[in-house]
Amino acid sequence: MDNKQLEEFVKSIDQDLEIRNGKQFTEVTLLPSQLYAIAKLLREKEEAQFDFLFNLTGVDYGQDLGVVYHLRSTVHGHSIVLKTRTSDRVNPNIDSVSDLWETANLHEREVYDLLGIKFTNHPDLRRLFLDSSWGFPLRKDYVDDINIVTK
Amino acid sequence: MEEKVEIIATDEKQEFIINMGPQHPSTHGVLRLVVSLQGEMVKSLQPHIGYIHRGIEKMCESITYPQIIHLTDRMDYLSAHQNNEAVCLLVEKALEVDISDRIKYIRTIMSELSRLQSHQLFWATFGMDLGGQTCYFYGLRDREMILDIFEETTGGRMLVSYNCPGGVMYDLHPDFQKKVKDYIKYFRKKLPEYDAILTGNVIFRERTTGIGTLSLQDAISFGITGPSARASGLSCDIRKHEPYSAYDRVKFNEVLFTEGDTCARYLARVEEMRESLNIIEQLIDNIPEGPYAVKMKPVIKLPEGDYFQRVETARGELGVYVISDGNKNPFRMKFRSPNFVNLGVLNHLAKGFKIADLIAISGSLDLIIPDIDR
Repeated sequence: MDNKQLEEFVKSIDQDLEIRNGKQFTEVTLLPSQLYAIAKLLREKEEAQFDFLFNLTGVDYGQDLGVVYHLRSTVHGHSIVLKTRTSDRVNPNIDSVSDLWETANLHEREVYDLLGIKFTNHPDLRRLFLDSSWGFPLRKDYVDDINIVTK
Repeated sequence: MEEKVEIIATDEKQEFIINMGPQHPSTHGVLRLVVSLQGEMVKSLQPHIGYIHRGIEKMCESITYPQIIHLTDRMDYLSAHQNNEAVCLLVEKALEVDISDRIKYIRTIMSELSRLQSHQLFWATFGMDLGGQTCYFYGLRDREMILDIFEETTGGRMLVSYNCPGGVMYDLHPDFQKKVKDYIKYFRKKLPEYDAILTGNVIFRERTTGIGTLSLQDAISFGITGPSARASGLSCDIRKHEPYSAYDRVKFNEVLFTEGDTCARYLARVEEMRESLNIIEQLIDNIPEGPYAVKMKPVIKLPEGDYFQRVETARGELGVYVISDGNKNPFRMKFRSPNFVNLGVLNHLAKGFKIADLIAISGSLDLIIPDIDR
């Protein structure tokens, strides 16, 4: 499917989804509560078959925390981007997709380690690079007086 | 006073937790594996990483795009050229800069030389890990010559930093073409030696065939890319699927195997060396004339938006994802590094094999630790 057909396909799943045609990928913005169900559909539906999660990025937008999923289908060759964000900075929770794609396991641990986003139903959510005494360094409000020099 | 040490008889159900690394010689870097063993069998393993985590993604948020290129060298230092290229291609795509054919040819040749020296080092260390010391000397002997060619043109041996947005830093050295052609001639003679020492060796075959088999389905689910995935039959070569630079002008085969075991992963890399030689041969005589760099604005600012660029490094797919807010430094920069993702499959592969096989399996994934930690 090309981007146009993908857009129609996503619309056929749910009318109200916010879809944007970016320069490269079709981007779908989801609520954290919708994410798992839609991701599962995209993974399993015959005409979509997004079986390859090639990138998972945690982002701090300043106000919100978000996660970006880059998916590809090894059968059909098309790609799609899913975006979700939550405004809760103290206890951000997003559903884990590690049972749909095994590779999400490590990716989600990395996002938890650097941004502090908790993934519910993740089998083994521990810090990855840093130990538990660190804050979450990729957050925009992270302060480290010794190592970060500000002009 | 003499102390009496009582040796407890090991019963079969007892489980041992053993630390492999962070200074184990076979991990070629600071990778620590906590292996739980039953006798000699691996029951499960947990990788512990982060010993050389430098926070490159965080650093990128406060420096400019031309500066970022120098950091990407330090991720996968054996694919330094391809890492540089990924960032440059992303910037050029975002700013819609057209680069000359000369630049594309130079980048492709350099990328393939990088891949060649990386696979040579893989061959050298993989042979050594399995007990063949000679491999190490042969592999490094041949790799050294490529590093000399790099040094002449770029000034660096491993951390080349040769690409810059809009082209390359300097023009090719006058001797470059002759030296590369001589090298191809030399290495074509040496490749059969590689096969004679390792590929055809009975002990080597016994230790790798049927060990750590990765099915196609698992390769997809674990997101494996590069030669490790192509050994399981997953067609994922970015050079074929999304050609960049001059890859659409050369003929080469995507190396695919179906066995998916340690031996297939090894063979995929050896075959890729042959393909790299073919690619360089097609290009080296036809480098067009033209400028080696396009003039760019002194301050590079990407327009607001999301950008994604991927390249095929020696170990798989490197994805660079940038969210730009229109400033001279990225709002968020993420490197999807192939080694980080490939590490995730190690537990799945090693389960049920002996601890000596673990060395072979982790060697065949060809992990580079700075790329995992970033």
